[in-house]
Amino acid sequence: MHRVAVTGIGVVSALGTGREAHYAGLAEGRCGIGPIELIDPERLMIKIAAEAKDFRGEERFDRQELLLFDRITQMALVAMDEARAQSGIEFDEALGLRTATIIATAMGGLHTCDENYRTVYQEQKNRVHPFIIPRLMANAPVSQISMKHGLMGPAWSVSTACASSNHAIGQAFHMVRSGMVDAAVTGGTESVLCFGGIKAWEGLRVMSRDGCRPFSADRNGMVLGEGCAILILERMDRAMERGADILGEIAGFGATADAADIVAPAVDGAARAMTIALTDAGMAPDEVGYINAHGTATSLNDKTEAAAIRLALGPAAERVMVSSTKSMHGHAIGAAGALEAAAVLMALGRGIVPPTINHAAPDPEIGLDVVPNTAREARVDAALSNAFAFGGLNAVLAFRRWQG
Amino acid sequence: MSDDVSAKVSRIIAEQAMVDAADVTPDKTPEALGLDSLAIVEIVFAIEEAFDITIPYNANDPKDSDFDISTVGGVISGVKTLLAEKG
Repeated sequence: MHRVAVTGIGVVSALGTGREAHYAGLAEGRCGIGPIELIDPERLMIKIAAEAKDFRGEERFDRQELLLFDRITQMALVAMDEARAQSGIEFDEALGLRTATIIATAMGGLHTCDENYRTVYQEQKNRVHPFIIPRLMANAPVSQISMKHGLMGPAWSVSTACASSNHAIGQAFHMVRSGMVDAAVTGGTESVLCFGGIKAWEGLRVMSRDGCRPFSADRNGMVLGEGCAILILERMDRAMERGADILGEIAGFGATADAADIVAPAVDGAARAMTIALTDAGMAPDEVGYINAHGTATSLNDKTEAAAIRLALGPAAERVMVSSTKSMHGHAIGAAGALEAAAVLMALGRGIVPPTINHAAPDPEIGLDVVPNTAREARVDAALSNAFAFGGLNAVLAFRRWQG
Repeated sequence: MSDDVSAKVSRIIAEQAMVDAADVTPDKTPEALGLDSLAIVEIVFAIEEAFDITIPYNANDPKDSDFDISTVGGVISGVKTLLAEKG
């Protein structure tokens, strides 16, 4: 069993392109949610989202690349470059053979599907571009990263709706910890912010028309986001040996299924995932200083999650800081856990706990310290990050501050 | 016309609840008909399609919606109001 270091992270989100823009937004409590601008909102009922407005693929990739890269692949390649540069890791052939690439996406290349369904159904064209399949397939981000960086170890995509990123990171963590690989490239990438994608979410009627207010008494639903975060994981001893800057340690992973309902969350399954993550990490509940909540701002999720946190942490739940950064970067679905891992690494590494913004009034059914509206300076030694997917699939990561 | 609306809404609810249309009386609540939140969203969708209207329903907090789904009668009168507004 090896300890697992995070040595690099790259981010694209509604808070900006690049890790520092994301961190600055989280620390300022800036809201990345606004009127939809990247597509025509004409026939949409929900007209707000957290779009990564300054991320434009055509400014970063040439024509031939754009034919092969859906927006999720574009964001993943950019985030990967940033993560690799920060870690300073060099993927020579020997390390490339011993590096895993495990990247999440819940929906795959949805923009590509949307555009080409429009071509064949609406425009009645009988033929589409030859690269539609390699562009839309869910493993395209994995494959393009592995090809560009020479990563030849185990590689696949993970898809579990809103928990996709945490499952991917958890799996990559297990691979490094067990010694199956020496390093892993992991995280998640997602953009469902195309016409058909937003329409599908509208159908469920759980979206807010006016904002994302997790844990607030006046919350009225989720707001979609998009983005990508890529993490570089390494065996701790190897990272230390090469003098890498260690951003934090992944210490545990817990995953469960509610086996109950296709959309409604359950207290028990969520609490079990947290407990398993704590046990896996050898972490006592009162060590946990911060929980990055799933916190979707639906009435049911936030209430259920608060109860699950109490069940898993016991009396320590009354002291722990809990925030939902979805209030700022929106709900990035399959990329959510990766964007939130970035928030956790900021809390651990920089001592800045990101807030839950748009908090108008406490909800007596929540009653936790949700770090309302303003970031807090605090030393955090241990943290959890929660992700609970539709279909009752729960995934929780446990992190420790690197005290080397 | 109003009877038509009641009958059509009742039929939609009956189909979703898998009960006889005669059992879908105006006083019935979703709970009494065994309808969970997902089933209600499906009913709202089916009614919108059947009458070409948009129902202001938020599944996240049904009580906060501008549309009463607490009983079958509430749904029927809400649909009638929306049809009248549509003209």
